[in-house]
Amino acid sequence: MFLWALVVISFDLFTKRKTGSAVGYLSLVGLLVTGFILSITGYGQGFTTMFFNDPMSLFFKIIFLGAAFMAIASSFGITSQKIVNHRGEYFGLILLSTVGMMFLSSSNELLSLYIGLELTTIPLFVLAAFFKDDKLSVEAGIKYFVVGAFSSALLLYGISFLYGLSGTTDLVQLKINLAITHLTFRNIGLILVLSIVLLLAGIGFKLALPPFHQWTPDVYEGSPTPIAAFLSVGSKAAGLVAFAKIFLNGLSAFYGPEMAPNDWGKLTGLLACLAMIVGNVLAIRQSNIKRMLAYSSIAQVGYIMIGMVAMSALGLASVGFYIFAYLFANMGAFGIVAFFEDKTGSCQIASYSGLSKTSPTLAISLSVFLLSLAGIPPLAGFLAKYYVFASAIDAASSDPSYSWMYWLVGVGVVTAVFSLYYYANVIKNMYFATEPSLYRVDFSVPAMSVIVIGLVGVFLFGLYPEPILRFASSIPLSFGFVPH
Amino acid sequence: MSFPFLSSVVFVPLLGMVVVMLIPKQNVWTIRWTSLAFSLFAMVMSFWITWDYFFNYSGSAAMAYVEGPYQWIPSLNIQYYLGVDGISVPMMFLTGLLSAVSILASFNIKIRVKEYFAFFLLLEAAMMGVFVALDFFLFYVFWEVMLVPMYFLIGVWGGPRKEYAAIKFFLYTLFGSLFMLVSILILYFTSEPHTLDIMGLIQVGPAMPHTLQMVCFIFFFIAFAIKVPVWPFHTWLPDAHVEAPTAVSVILAGVLLKMGTYAMLRISWPMFPEALRSLSLWIAVLGVIAIIYGALVSMAQKDLKKLVAYSSVSHMGFCILALAAFSSVTALAGCMFQMVSHGLITGALFLLVGVLYDRAHTREIAAFGGLGVKVPVYTGIMVLFSMASLGLPGMSGFVSEFMIFVGSFGVLNKVLVGIAVLGVVLGATYLLRMIQRIFLGEFDLARWGKLPEINFREIVAVAPLAVLTIAIGVFPKPLSMLMSATLEHLVNLMAR
Repeated sequence: MFLWALVVISFDLFTKRKTGSAVGYLSLVGLLVTGFILSITGYGQGFTTMFFNDPMSLFFKIIFLGAAFMAIASSFGITSQKIVNHRGEYFGLILLSTVGMMFLSSSNELLSLYIGLELTTIPLFVLAAFFKDDKLSVEAGIKYFVVGAFSSALLLYGISFLYGLSGTTDLVQLKINLAITHLTFRNIGLILVLSIVLLLAGIGFKLALPPFHQWTPDVYEGSPTPIAAFLSVGSKAAGLVAFAKIFLNGLSAFYGPEMAPNDWGKLTGLLACLAMIVGNVLAIRQSNIKRMLAYSSIAQVGYIMIGMVAMSALGLASVGFYIFAYLFANMGAFGIVAFFEDKTGSCQIASYSGLSKTSPTLAISLSVFLLSLAGIPPLAGFLAKYYVFASAIDAASSDPSYSWMYWLVGVGVVTAVFSLYYYANVIKNMYFATEPSLYRVDFSVPAMSVIVIGLVGVFLFGLYPEPILRFASSIPLSFGFVPH
Repeated sequence: MSFPFLSSVVFVPLLGMVVVMLIPKQNVWTIRWTSLAFSLFAMVMSFWITWDYFFNYSGSAAMAYVEGPYQWIPSLNIQYYLGVDGISVPMMFLTGLLSAVSILASFNIKIRVKEYFAFFLLLEAAMMGVFVALDFFLFYVFWEVMLVPMYFLIGVWGGPRKEYAAIKFFLYTLFGSLFMLVSILILYFTSEPHTLDIMGLIQVGPAMPHTLQMVCFIFFFIAFAIKVPVWPFHTWLPDAHVEAPTAVSVILAGVLLKMGTYAMLRISWPMFPEALRSLSLWIAVLGVIAIIYGALVSMAQKDLKKLVAYSSVSHMGFCILALAAFSSVTALAGCMFQMVSHGLITGALFLLVGVLYDRAHTREIAAFGGLGVKVPVYTGIMVLFSMASLGLPGMSGFVSEFMIFVGSFGVLNKVLVGIAVLGVVLGATYLLRMIQRIFLGEFDLARWGKLPEINFREIVAVAPLAVLTIAIGVFPKPLSMLMSATLEHLVNLMAR
C-alpha cells in the first residue's frame, strides 16, 4: 500500500540530523526506495474509501517523486554554499511536501484532500523563505504564505458548501448525492455556483491561474531556484490533481451548457485562455530568467487546463502526459538555471550571453529544454501540446455545443507563437553573441544527473512515448471515464 | 522487405550530424570533409532512387519505395510511413544535390565550424524527411524540426541583423505551421476510423462539410503560403535571405520555398478539391501579384542579394499561378519544372552572390562596374544563370514558364495570365540592368584591381547546377516523363 511510502520517507526524515551532503544523497535514495515500493504495490484502497491507489494517483506519484528527485539533485550547490547548517531541514521539508502530494493524490475524500494540499504547501512556505538573510527570499516566503493561506481558506469555504449540499465529503458519494439533488429540484441554485467559484478561486491560486497569478513571479524569483522548480512542477501537479478530483469527479455532472449557471466548464476554459495569454505575453518582457519561467509556467498550466475542460478520457490522458513532459523540460531548465546561479550568482537572461562557447553542454541542454517547453518537435513538449489540442478538437468536433473549444485551441496556438519568442530569446543570448561568456559552469554528479534525466525524458518521450501514453490513458479509468 | 532506401536518405545526414558532433572542434578539415562525405552519400542515394524510379516506377502514380506503415505511436494512430512518387522524387533529387553543393560552398566558414556543419546536416535530414513522409504527424515533425537548425544557421553565422532575421523566420513559419496542426487535428477526428495517413485522408477530405473544407483548406494554405512565400506572407524572406550565410540562402531558396508548393500539391490541393475550385481565382490573383510585385521590388534593390531574394518571390509566383490552374496537367508540370529550375538557378545565383561578397565584402550593386574585364569566368557564369533566370530559351527557366503559360491560359482568366506574362519582361529588366551595372561599364581599377577570380572549389559547386539547367532546357522530356503519371492522377483527384 501507499502508506509504505509514507513510512519510508518519515524514516528518512529522522535519520538526517548528520551533517554533510550525505543527507541529500540519503533523501535521493529515500525517493528511489519509495518509487520502488510504489512500483511493486498494486492498486488498492485504505480506510474504507478514503484512499485509493488507482492509476491516476500512481501516475501522479511518479511525477511528484520525479520532481522531488530533480529538485533535490539540483540543490547540492545551494546546500553546500548558503545553507550549510540547515541541510537536514531543507531536504526534510522537500520530502515532507512530497508526502503531502502523494497523500493528496491518493485521497478520495474532500477533507483528506484538503489536508494533503496543506501538507504540500506548508513546507513550501518555509522553503520559499529559506535564505533568511535575503530580503527577496523572505518576501517570497511571506507572500506565498499569505496567498496560500488565503486560497486554502477559500477552498475550505467552498468545500463546506459542497458538504452542506450533499451531506458527504466522499467524492463518489458526493457525485451521486448532488446528481440526485439536482434531478429532484431541477436546479440546485446559487449555493452551488458560489461553491464552484470559491473552489475554482482556491485552486486557481494554487495553480497560479490568472487572475490569481500575481504571487507567482515574485515567489519564484525570491525562493531558492530548486524550490521554484519544485513549486512549478510538483505543487502545480498537486493542484491539478485536486482540480481533477473535485471537478472532473465530484462535480462531473455540472459540466456543459445545459447545466448553466452551474457549468464550471466554460468558466475554467476562460481561466485557461487567460493563463495562456497572460503567461505568454508577460513572459516576453522579463529580463530575469526565473521570472520568465514563472510566467511560462502560468502559460503551461493554461495548456494543461485545455485538457481538463475537454472533460473526456482523451483530455485526462493528455493532462497526464503533458505534466509528464513538462516535468522533464521544466525541471531540467530550472536545474540549469540553478547551476548557473550557483556559479555566477546571476539570474539575468543577459548574463547567459555567449554561454555556448564556454559551456556548450549546458547551453545545448538548456536550449533543448526550452524548445521542448515551446513545443518544437520531436521533443516531448510538442507531443504534449499536440495531445492536449487533440483532446479539445475531439470534444469540439463531436458535439456542436462545445465548439467554443475551438477558440481555446486558437488562443493556444497563437500564444504558442509568442512563447517561442521568449524561449528563443534565451537561446539567442547563449548562441548568437560573438563574445564568449565570462562564466564557465562545471557540473557535479547530481547536477549532471538532473540534466541527463531531463534530456533523456525530453527526447525519449518525444520519440517513443507509447509506454507513457498507455499509462496516461489509464488515468481516466480512475474516474470511470471510458475511452471512446 | 527490401532495403529501406528512403529512411537511409533521411537518416544518413542525421548520422552525419552525430559523427560531426563527435569530432573534436579543432579538426576543421576532418569536419568539413566528413560532412561533405555524408551529404554526398545522401546525394548519390537520392540520384539512384531518381534513376530507378524513372525506369521502373514512373509509369504509374502509385507510391514507390514504400516503407511502412509501421506503428510508431499506436495510441494516437501515428505511423512511420514513407514513400515517393513523381512529385517527391524531383524534390528529393534537388535536396540531395543542393545540400551537397551548399556544404561544399560552406568550406569557407571560419567560426564555429563544427556546430555549423552539424546544424546543416540536421537541416538536410529534415528536408529529406518532408519530401518522403506520408504520415501527417511525421510530415509535421520534419517540417518543424527544420526550423531549429535554420534558426541557428541564420542567427549565428548571419549578417549584421541576423538576430532579427532569425527570429522573424522562426516565428513566422511556426505561426503558419500551427495553423496546419489545427487542420491536421480536425482532419484526424473527422476521418473514420481516425487516421493520419495523408493518402487515406485525401479520400476523406472531399466528403467533409463544405465550411469545414474551406476552413481546413485556408489553414493549410496559410501554413504553406508562408513557406513559399506568397505575397502578402513574404516579408520574412528578404530579411532571412540577406542575413543568412550564402549556403543557407541556397538551401532556403532552393529547397525550403519548394516545400510550400510541394505541400500544396501533395496535401491540400487533392484533399479539398471543392474548396480549391471556389478559391482558385483568388489564388491565381495572389500568384500574379507576387509575380509583378516581386519583379518591381527587385528592380528597386540596391543590394544584389536582396535583388535575387525578391526575384524568388516573383518566380515562386509563377508556381502559385500554375497551381491555381489545377485542372491542367501542363500547368502543374510547369509548376514542377519551375520548382526544380528555380532551385537550380536561384541556388546558383545565391552561390555566385556569395562568391562576390566573400571577395568584395559588399553586395551593393552601385559599388561595382566593369568587372567583366577583371573576372571573366565569374562574369560568364553569372550571365549564364541570369539568362536562365530571365527565361532564355534553351535553359530550364524558359521551359517551365512556357509550360505554365500554355497550361494556365486555357484554364484561368486570360487577362490575369496576360499580366503574369509581363512578369517575364520585368524579370529581364532587373536582371539585365544588374548585369550591366556590375559587369559592364567603367572599371574601378583602384578599388577592384586586386579582385580574385572565382576559385576551383566554387566552380565545382556551381557546375552541376549549370549542367542541369541547360540539360533540362534542351531536353526536358525525362523530367516530364518522371512525373506525368503522378500529375495526371493528381488532376483526377482534384476534379472530384
